[in-house]
Amino acid sequence: MASTEEIRSGLADIVNEVAGIPADDVQLDKSFIDDLDVDSLSMVEVVVASEEQFGVKIPDDEVKNLKTVGDAVAFIERAQNG
Amino acid sequence: MSSTRVVVTGLGVTSPVGGDVSTTWGALLAGRSGVRRLEAEWAEDLPVRIAATAAVEPTEVLDRVKARRLDRASQFAMVAAMEAWQDSGLADDAPDPDRVGVALPSGIGGVQTLLSNYDVLKEKGPRRVSPLAVPMLMPNAPAANVSLYVKARAGVHCPVSACASGNEGIALGLDQIRLGRADVMVVGGTEAAIHPLPMSAFAQMMALSKREGDPTLVSRPWDLARDGFVLGEGAGVLVIESQEHATARGATIYAELLGAGMTADAHDIAQPEPLGRGGSRAILAALRESGIEASDIKHINAHATSTPLGDTAESLMINDTLGKHAADVVVTSTKSMTGHLLGGAGALESIATVLALHHRLVPPTINLDKLDPSVELDVATYPRDLPPGDIAALNNSFGFGGANVAVAFASY
Repeated sequence: MASTEEIRSGLADIVNEVAGIPADDVQLDKSFIDDLDVDSLSMVEVVVASEEQFGVKIPDDEVKNLKTVGDAVAFIERAQNG
Repeated sequence: MSSTRVVVTGLGVTSPVGGDVSTTWGALLAGRSGVRRLEAEWAEDLPVRIAATAAVEPTEVLDRVKARRLDRASQFAMVAAMEAWQDSGLADDAPDPDRVGVALPSGIGGVQTLLSNYDVLKEKGPRRVSPLAVPMLMPNAPAANVSLYVKARAGVHCPVSACASGNEGIALGLDQIRLGRADVMVVGGTEAAIHPLPMSAFAQMMALSKREGDPTLVSRPWDLARDGFVLGEGAGVLVIESQEHATARGATIYAELLGAGMTADAHDIAQPEPLGRGGSRAILAALRESGIEASDIKHINAHATSTPLGDTAESLMINDTLGKHAADVVVTSTKSMTGHLLGGAGALESIATVLALHHRLVPPTINLDKLDPSVELDVATYPRDLPPGDIAALNNSFGFGGANVAVAFASY
């Protein structure tokens, strides 16, 4: 299983690719919408790319709960371990 | 219709012969072709393996993240609109957004996004289809993206009429200003259809040239050996505004946009009416709306796509409508160099028309080795001077579906 830092780093690369945010800015306490300027369509792209990269399913109903990078990393960790 | 005078104050282009206005204009005057062999693997099995691809990839010009959210047709529109908006000076003058509109169609829309997402759907399933697919493929996406860039809130329009779309965008923009709905309109057209499916489809219609050999010799309007058009891609954008608005801010004015004529053939879904009567009515309507006589016209940038029927029909139209004055008109088809930009054609060629009036110089039609005897036109085969004084010029565009749009400009 990937470590928390490995997941954060992988997610940061995805956010960089999709939204052009510098990967170093994608830290656990950052909000996708308020801090990183990831809009709702880009968030769908981030979710789908994360599913592919981390081998997990992120249900549509769950996406609204993933407000921060930390929320997403924690969800992916749980999904990988579950 | 009010008599509001409308002028052209900004130009932007990305074309098969140049990534901006000055490069494109220089290439047109030099008679340089933008038609190339398609070397990509996807083109290997196509019946036609040449096209007039963009001289500069839009992704080299646009921000990476912005570009990946845009279909190629929108990318071209944005490159051309950014140049036109800067050129007009309005980027600095910051006009009232409620008085700025956009009319910028494409003939086919975001076809590359549509088809690439269908490939993804088939290979990987619905979950992998891009959430950006709809805003990327919708036909009004280029206009909408330009409206975001220039902050246009007076309306965002996409009047689609196949290969007449670009001119229809210009005509609609003119109307919007004359109806008092806007002071400034960003108008033009864009197209990005060089992809195996549209290329196969046009080839199946027998519309594309099948000529072998040097690609630069294939697009040959009015030449006896012409056998079809060459598909091109790119965009042209003009900033037009009321003369009052332009002069109040001290704008540089390239030309006056006098009027337009729009008609329909109601004859056939794809073939031109053989005598070109619908096109003739469009030219006459443009003259009438412009308040000018046939004798005022000194230059025509023709639609002439290098098809056997269409080029001859346009010669008939010009002679029918201008009568004896047709002999005094220097005609050219810049498609001999740029190929046919479909929904972008009218815009690119209107810009060439405006520049011809501005510089009093008509770019040549290349590859005209032997004029078809059924064509009675004074076609420029080298850069030709236009006379001094107040003169006018026409740009013609005709589209599948029977759409005919003639736009008239005057020297300023």
